[in-house]
Formats: sequence, structure tokens, C-alpha cells
Amino acid sequence: MFLWRTWQSAEHDAELEAQSPARVDPVDPVQSDVDTLTARCVETAVLQSIFGGDAGRRNFLRAVGASTALAAVSQVFPLDAAKALAAEAKGKLEKTKLDVGFVPITCATPIIMAHPMGFYAKHGLDVSVIKTAGWAVARDKSLSGEYDAAHMLTPMPLAISMGAGSTASPWTMPAVENINGQAITLAMKHKDKRDPKQWKGMRFAVPFDYSMHNFLLRYYVAEHGLDPDKDIQIRVLPPPEMVANLRAGNVDGYLAPDPFNQRAVYDGVGFIHLLTKEIWLNHPCCAFAASKKFVTDMPNTFIALYKSVIEATQYANKPANRKEVAKAISPKNYLNQPVTVVEQVLTGTYADGLGNVQKEPDRIGFDPFPWHSMAVWIMTQMKRWGYIKGDVNYKAIAEEVYLATRAREVMAEMGIAAPESTYTKHTIMGRVFDPDQADAYSKSFVIGRSA
Amino acid sequence: MKLGVPVRAAILSGALFLVFVSVWQLAVSGGATSTAGMDPEYAKLMGQTAKGASAVPGPSTIAVELLRHLADPFYDAGPNDKGIGIQMGYSLIRVLLGFSIAAVVAIPLGFVIGMSPLAYRALDPFIQILKPISPLAWMPLALYTIKDSSASAIFVIFICSLWPMLVNTAFGVASVRVEWLNVAKTLEAGRIRTALRVILPAAAPTIMTGMRISIGIAWLVIVAAEMLVGGTGIGYFVWNEWNNLSITNIIVAILFIGVFGLVLDQILAHLTRMVTYAD
Repeated sequence: MFLWRTWQSAEHDAELEAQSPARVDPVDPVQSDVDTLTARCVETAVLQSIFGGDAGRRNFLRAVGASTALAAVSQVFPLDAAKALAAEAKGKLEKTKLDVGFVPITCATPIIMAHPMGFYAKHGLDVSVIKTAGWAVARDKSLSGEYDAAHMLTPMPLAISMGAGSTASPWTMPAVENINGQAITLAMKHKDKRDPKQWKGMRFAVPFDYSMHNFLLRYYVAEHGLDPDKDIQIRVLPPPEMVANLRAGNVDGYLAPDPFNQRAVYDGVGFIHLLTKEIWLNHPCCAFAASKKFVTDMPNTFIALYKSVIEATQYANKPANRKEVAKAISPKNYLNQPVTVVEQVLTGTYADGLGNVQKEPDRIGFDPFPWHSMAVWIMTQMKRWGYIKGDVNYKAIAEEVYLATRAREVMAEMGIAAPESTYTKHTIMGRVFDPDQADAYSKSFVIGRSA
Repeated sequence: MKLGVPVRAAILSGALFLVFVSVWQLAVSGGATSTAGMDPEYAKLMGQTAKGASAVPGPSTIAVELLRHLADPFYDAGPNDKGIGIQMGYSLIRVLLGFSIAAVVAIPLGFVIGMSPLAYRALDPFIQILKPISPLAWMPLALYTIKDSSASAIFVIFICSLWPMLVNTAFGVASVRVEWLNVAKTLEAGRIRTALRVILPAAAPTIMTGMRISIGIAWLVIVAAEMLVGGTGIGYFVWNEWNNLSITNIIVAILFIGVFGLVLDQILAHLTRMVTYAD
């Protein structure tokens, strides 16, 4: 028995991990034991068939050591193939053809690139990534089950689960897609209005009500003394329509996802006033979201999809890979943008629209961990601006919707370091947010609707 | 030798087109791009429009793009990138489906309304309220209840094609000459027989006119509907190119939409002529 364990920890785990992604199912803590058991049964069966009875095998193993024995056997018998076969039969994907929706913005980078760069295929999935016109349609197509999973904004799964601006339907957010990566873009004619105090009466666009964009823009102007509901106008515009509206003068500016900030610069329509990382460094933005039904009904498929997305996220986060990623996601089938625009967003070496080349390598980042504290902050802002009413059980909802514990398990299994705690303090424009004081925090603002 | 009016009209059309295209070409080729006063590193990161080029392409650019689309109209490079022929096909199928369902509902219902003054009075308020609603206003409701974006688009086509056909059928049926109905009565023709042998042929031109109006509206609406729900179709094509601010491709799509709309209209115009009779 001891020999077996040594052998396992030495080679077996690492080796098998890499081979069959859908094999391990972290839903069940005993599952990975079951997996090693399956693999061991295969080995035992092979050895047994070679050596006849259990006794003969034990003697042989005692004599040469288990790993030597197995190494010897694997020379003549495709042991790995047999193990993979057995594992597959157990962790069988319930469904391999999936439709995953995305809105064509750089936030969706991991979800999109996983298709051309083969991250889905690697995990045995045949995923169609479907372009969606805007968030309202993305939500409706997800609710109707046309999409198995979708790229959403981090507040959306919370809003859908709570039934804010939608029918209540239990939704989950297994992973964050990107951090940072948004910007406030203003029309060229406002070149001199760099102080938000001068923005009174201006019209801004955000991509959706339940978006970080909306909450960050509101937070930002409110910190500068403007009431976002009275002093400025905020309207919802699907991201692809933003540049056209900025050019037409329908809006004075927007807090929007890229590539539409950079695209406005590229076309000489606007300039980048501020990157959102200046408001909240490493704030979450977009998410990989799925219905609770999908997560529970198709655990193996879900885990395979989950792992492909996390892997893509990890790959996208490496600065060295950014140019390659930009090239992969720019074609018509995905973002449909000039490569240089996407490249400027991803590499952080960009034209700001005012004649300068800026170098901000952390303009956008990719980090899958769905902090519960981020969900709590989002809900405090929904409360602050009156999107939700009454008492909110912040932590309970956050833990129900953001699958942080699950993320940690899967990430650990993939050998990715994940934070110990799922709550942390965040600093937004110099103000510290403590998730333990959520209610007090939501009421602490001078400008807001929750007083 | 004096040319006939049709030939002269054709020559005039051609001349007008040439003038229009040349003025257009001249208008957009004025602004040359310049990177003067721009840091070269910065200039490399900027698009042509930012350097002074016109945002609107000239007709020559469009002709090149048009030929590129015509050369390979049926390519399929993934769910979000298909040839313009395939996209047109999707739109046409949606329009024809929605339109046919509307015809199946509207023509019999229009008959009933036209033949019975009671039904006419009773249903009139509903028709008057529902008729002016923009078909796109139905879209969120359709998406929410039907739970399928493609079926929702077809539903929107259905609802917009319904009213002109319904109203025209009812009107056509109601205004069949009383003498003809009296003749039918004298000949002791039954209700069904009268409807099929007297009223239908008499009302056919009006019904066909309603259908012609409907298909025109349906073709207008499908583009907007597909821009909303996305996925496939010529409306999605326009939206996808708008997403990339590619005016060239949008103009190409506009030309395609125009030509197909014309063809659809001409088919129904031809059918209308077939059922028209001299009074």
C-alpha cells in the first residue's frame, strides 16, 4: 500500500492531470479519491492479467518496487491510454456541443480566444462562440437557454438572481474574466474639460444598467460632487454603437469597455480621459456566467468549460502573449476590429487621442478569481443608487452567486495559486471598502438614493 | 431618328447615376491624409480618419468591396462570419416564413371581417389599436415570451405583415359589388361557393395589394429586427460592420437590401397583375 502511495504522488497525479481535463470533478471532495481509485483499478487489472493472481503480483511488486513494475509494464501495455479511457467513462461530458454568447469587447478575451486558440477543444468541447448585440439580448438569450453559458457583466448574475431588471432566476458567476480595462472617453470638443466638476449637463453612455461601468461612473462623478442622476445624464448604449453616437454628438462621453475607447481615438472622435484602474485598481468587470441549472445538471461539461476559460484567462494575462491574443480575437468572426486597436488595448501601449503615446501595461488584466467582496461592493452600489430596495443579505447572495470556493478548488487542481480568503478590503478612489461593514458603507455616501 | 421614351429614360437614368457617382468620388477624395505634427510612433497607432481621410468611402472603394462579396457570397468562416449570400438567405427565409404565416391568418380572418358587418364592428377597435404599433416594440415582449431569438424575429415579421393584409382583405371583401352577390344569390349559390367563386376573385386585386404592402414592410423590418437580436441575417451583417465602423460594407449591404426588396416587390406586383380584371 505504501508503495502505491509513493508512486502516485510522484508521477501519477501530475501526469494524469495534464492528460484528461474532464476527469476530476471538484463538486464532490471525495471525487478526486474516486479518480485515483479508478486509475489504480486499471493498473491492478493490467498487472493482474499479466501476473495471474493477487499473490503473484504482490510478490513481484515487493521485489522490484511498484513504480519500476509499472514502468516495465507500460513498455508493453498502453497503460496511460487504458487509464484515460476508464477516466473518460466516468467523467463523461453530458454535452460537448455548447453555445457560448459574447459581446464583442476585449473584456471577453478569454471566452473568445479559447475558441481560435483551442482551449475549448483541448477539454473535449465543441463550443460555438456567438456574437451578441448587447447585454439585454445576452441576458434574454441566456435566460431562454439559447446560450449554455455567456459572457456577462459582473453585476448581471447578481441582478438576475435577485430579479433586478429581469425575472428572478438563480444564476452563478464561476469566474471573473478581466480586471481593469475600461476607460472614460470624451468627445474631442471636451478636450479642456478634464475636471469632472465641469461636466454638469453632459450626457454619458454606459453599456448596461447593471454594469461596473455604470457603478464606476456614478462613483467617480459623485466623488467629484456631481449627482449622476441630476447633474449629468447617463444612458444605456450597447458598446458597438458608442463610437457612432460619440461621433454624432449624441453623447459627450462614455465609460465603456474597450476596444471602443481606443476605437474612438483611432478614428479621431474622442480621447481617453481616464483608465478605470485609476478609480479602482484591479476592479472586476466582465464575467463568465452560467445558470445554476447548467452547473448542477451538467457538472462534467461545466467543469470542462470552466477549466478552458480559466486556462485561457491565465494565458491572456501573460504580457508576452498579448500580441498573439490580439491577433487571434480581432477577425470578423470575433471582435471585427483592426488589430492595432485591439493590440493597443491589450499591450497597454496606446495613443491617448491627445497626441501622446501612453504606456500602461496593466491597462487590462485577466484574473478569474470571483472575490465575494467584489460582489458585496457591487450590491452596495446597487443599493446606493436604488436599483435594489430593502435589506440586502450581502454575503449570502454573494456566496450563492459568485462561486469563489469552487474557483479556488478548480484553480488549486490546475496548479494555480488562489487566495485563501474570499473576502478582502478594496480601495476605491482612496476610500477603503470593508465587506464586513457593507450596510454602513452603502449608507455612508453623501450622494445616493439609499438614505 | 427619334428614340422612344423608354430608351431616353434609360439614358437619362444612366447619366444621372454617372453624375451622382462622380460628384461622390470627387467629394470624398479631397482630404488627403497627413500626419504632420504627429509623433510618428503616435501616428502609427491611429486610423486613417484621424489623419484627415474622409470617413465616407468613395464609389470605387465600394465597387471593389461589392465585387469581393459577389465573388464569394457563400463562405462560412464560423458562426459570426458568413458570406453575404448566406446572410441574405437567412433574412429571406425569415421574411417568407413570417409573411406566409401572416397570410394564412390574415386572409381568412379578413374574409370573415369583410363579410360580416358585426365582426367588422367588433374587431375594428382591436385592429385600430394594434395596427400602428411599431413591430420592433414587440421585440422585447417576443424575446421574453417565445424565448427564442430566431422565432422572435419571425414573430415580428408576422405581426408587421398581418395588418395591411387583414385590412385590405376586409376592405376588398366588403366592397364586392352588391349586384354580383345578388346574382350569386339568384343562382342559389351557397355561402362557401359565393365566397370562393365570386368574392375571392373580385377581392383578389385588393388582397394582393395588401400582400405587396406587407412584404415591403416585412423587408424593412427584418433588417432592424436582426440588428437587435443578432446572430444571422443581413441585419446582423449591417450591425457587425457598424461595430467595426466600416461604412463601405454598410453601403454594400444597403445596395443588396435595396435590390432584394425590389425583386420581392416586383414578384408581388406581377402576381397582382395576374389577378387583376377589367371591370
